[in-house]
Amino acid sequence: MDNKIKKVDLIFEKVDYLEILDRSFKRTQDEIILDVIDSGLRGRGGAGFPTGLKWKFAKNEEADQKYVICNADEGEPGTFKDREILTQAPEKVLAGMALCGKATGANEGFIYLRGEYNFLLPSLNATIDKFHKQLKELKFDFTVRIKSGSGAYVCGEETALMESMEGKRGEPRNKPPFPTTAGYLGKPTSINNVETLVFALMIAKEGPTKFREMGTFDSRGSKVFSVSGDTPKAGIYELELGMSLEDFVNEFGDGDTKAVQIGGASGFCVARKHFKETVIGFEGIPTGGSMMLFNSSRSMYNILNDYLEFFEEESCGQCTPCRVGCQQLLKGIEAVKKGVRPPAYLDDLQKLSETMKLASKCGLGQSAPNPFNSIINNFREEIIY
Amino acid sequence: MSKYKVNLKINNLNVSVDEGTTILEAARQLNFKIPTLCHHDDLCVAGNCRVCVVEQVGNRVLPASCATPVSEGMEVLTNSMKVRQARKNIIELLLSEHNADCTKCFKSGYCELQELSNEYRTGDHIYLDVRTNNTIDISSPSIEKDDSKCIRCQRCVRTCTELQSVSALAVTHKGKDMKISTFLDKPMNDVVCTNCGQCINRCPTASLVERNYIDQVFDAIYDPKKFVVVQTAPATRVAISEEFGLGPNRSTGKMVAALRRLGFDKILDTDFTADLTIMEEGTELLTRLKEALVDGKEVALPMMTSCSPGWIKFQEHIFPDMLDNLSTCKSPQQMFGPLAKTYYAEKINKNPADMVVVSVMPCTAKKYEADRPEMRGSGYKDVDFVLTTRELGRMIHQAGIDFEKLDDEKYDSILGESTGAAVIFGNTGGVMEAALRTAYEIVTGREVPFANLNIKPVRGMEGIKEASVKIKDVKSEWSFLEGVELKVAIAHGLSNAKLLMNKVKSGEANYHFIEVMGCPGGCIGGGGQPIPTNMEIRKKRAAAIYEEDEHLALRKSHENPEVTEIYKSFLHEPLGHRSHDLLHTHYTPRKRY
Repeated sequence: MDNKIKKVDLIFEKVDYLEILDRSFKRTQDEIILDVIDSGLRGRGGAGFPTGLKWKFAKNEEADQKYVICNADEGEPGTFKDREILTQAPEKVLAGMALCGKATGANEGFIYLRGEYNFLLPSLNATIDKFHKQLKELKFDFTVRIKSGSGAYVCGEETALMESMEGKRGEPRNKPPFPTTAGYLGKPTSINNVETLVFALMIAKEGPTKFREMGTFDSRGSKVFSVSGDTPKAGIYELELGMSLEDFVNEFGDGDTKAVQIGGASGFCVARKHFKETVIGFEGIPTGGSMMLFNSSRSMYNILNDYLEFFEEESCGQCTPCRVGCQQLLKGIEAVKKGVRPPAYLDDLQKLSETMKLASKCGLGQSAPNPFNSIINNFREEIIY
Repeated sequence: MSKYKVNLKINNLNVSVDEGTTILEAARQLNFKIPTLCHHDDLCVAGNCRVCVVEQVGNRVLPASCATPVSEGMEVLTNSMKVRQARKNIIELLLSEHNADCTKCFKSGYCELQELSNEYRTGDHIYLDVRTNNTIDISSPSIEKDDSKCIRCQRCVRTCTELQSVSALAVTHKGKDMKISTFLDKPMNDVVCTNCGQCINRCPTASLVERNYIDQVFDAIYDPKKFVVVQTAPATRVAISEEFGLGPNRSTGKMVAALRRLGFDKILDTDFTADLTIMEEGTELLTRLKEALVDGKEVALPMMTSCSPGWIKFQEHIFPDMLDNLSTCKSPQQMFGPLAKTYYAEKINKNPADMVVVSVMPCTAKKYEADRPEMRGSGYKDVDFVLTTRELGRMIHQAGIDFEKLDDEKYDSILGESTGAAVIFGNTGGVMEAALRTAYEIVTGREVPFANLNIKPVRGMEGIKEASVKIKDVKSEWSFLEGVELKVAIAHGLSNAKLLMNKVKSGEANYHFIEVMGCPGGCIGGGGQPIPTNMEIRKKRAAAIYEEDEHLALRKSHENPEVTEIYKSFLHEPLGHRSHDLLHTHYTPRKRY
């Protein structure tokens, strides 16, 4: 492997998680949180909120009940790393949740499992039963339960996820209040991605330094990537953050890579001419793990059309910019392609996408225009002709 | 509890507001109007239409001002370049999925989306038409639902769930298919809908409107063979003025004059049968109490009022096991119908087959009630057409009548005389107050022990009210009531009704008599009343009702001379044989789905 791409093995590394927990339970909440803050760990679901801060906010809330939620509603097209983590290292996920419970003062945890991952239920439940017994031996009061999603993409949004958990329609809430103040059932809740929880556990094991020394200033540590598309090496890879897209494509491309969609359907499309200066990370283009490579056989119009069809259907529909905006973007490129609207109509649509980014209620509507803008900007001619 | 003050800047002006205030409310304090669509004063925050977005310095996105609480040092711009562009685009987006047939639309002129698009002069229609075809749901005799005009603000859903605990309307599907629908997409008439029409009062467009019968009524008026009488509900007379921009006002005389000019043959009053209801229902209550206390019979107590058809259907769906508690009295509207086509027809020497009874109601559920198969006591459909206050307003406009300039006129006689006790039927607590004024006097021979007959404990906008009256020194025939403390409760709005019913059912609360009105504030806040509605407007209407009561010479139902006359010459006695046939009804248990 090229030395610019650095493989890391933290997530899937076999560790004595009970020993880590036992040690952590003897520490104070603040000590645990401080380590996570020092490590520079940011949420691995895509949005990248500093995990230690989130835990600190939840910890500082006074409440009779707090919750920990593991967001396993892995719905972003092109992402499949959480499934693998839950298959190969479920104990580490549970231990990460217990650690978060200790740090924030929560004694109940939930895994919100993507509906399509229900095949994992038997093995996960068995692991949970075993884990509960182990926690009892450590004399730590913490339980984990699984709630299954039903297939709506928007339920990966943290507040929609909580609405869904409460038995309601999965629609994002207004923020503030944020979940750390009023989350599941109105109680302070720290909700973290599967991968984030495992990293937190590893930071508790190793201390913050090792993690912080990897990656870049804005993007510390490593990240699990789901590589798919036109690549001979599709699969899951844990890599140090901060690499350039060029290095990434040199490693994973098929020699004919025309564009890479970073961050799934809600992410950005980068064209070959920008590979060199594009950093994969929070200072450049962040990703929840999805890396889709496209070679020159692909039509960017079809790709964009697919993404927009996805959003048109997966918007929850409650807010105007997202519900109608997604329809307009899709119908708009179709109209331009057919010549019903002039090519300049794409400029109107880009103004619309600005409104969607600014005025949508949640991250879905705010990021749905990302593929639109990046593909229009890079491949305008493919959309028109 | 004193609240913390939060200091912020809106459009560079300083303002200090209570903690928890939203940006929208803070801007209103500075007299900056921010447009809204999904926001409604009566409902919880939604934040989903996004037309109220504002720019907050330092925030990457534009927060919805209706849903964002202020914070210390916040700097807000309500009309920046960014905000204007976003707002205009959002209005355009709404229009691109809206069936904007404004010239034909029943709501034209008071549609909030129309007003907003006029304000922003969105003439360009840059976006593609994404409307979907749909059939209008006219299955219900009360409510018409047209999804093609829906802007998905969910006001109706919040109304149906929060205010009414009915949940007939809900959000279904997602993305482009997201819509407001019913259980399994069933027609409105086949679901738990109570026809209360509160959703109509809050719909910003014409997605939910009443089934309107204006043309049918005009057809009847123009038909020389038909003798068309109209009855008017207590609550319409203080709200019809709103249809002419005059605010909530006592306008009984003008309304009567307008009806006469519209061409109705006789202008009569539901208030007459409201007084009659008190006689029947009061006697029913006293009879039930006697059966329970003296005869030791199993009688359904507490007795519950039955004037509100929204409440009746709610009870049939949600508490079908408590139907015996409902008074068997028909509502005043449905007492009027059969009396008009029997007693009155005879008096004026008309064939009831040629008569058309129209009622003007603050209510949409009354349309459904009039259609019930059991409402044919006269041998004909007792009430032929029910108009809302809004429809009457529309008819007066169409007929070119200048409402404001009309001189007061009086109801025709007979069936036009009423008392203050009947007028207050329009307010929550009013039926209770009217009943107490009469029942107390029947039992003790004295007036109710409240200053100027105003029974204050049963008045006001509190969701559930309780009161008790100690009965002392009774007449000899009512000796079993000596020393009894009559306990009553009043609820308005179906969520409050549900709370109260659950308390009664669980035995947590014990009453003798309960008044329930399906709509917030009672009939003055009815689903057929002028739009908009909010607490302030409802309070003004309620005040006008009490004012009307105070201005009437007769304020006790049993003193209505026409009521005395009808018992003498026709009905003979409350709960008598004829009353049973014409004025009482039964109820049907229904499923929730």
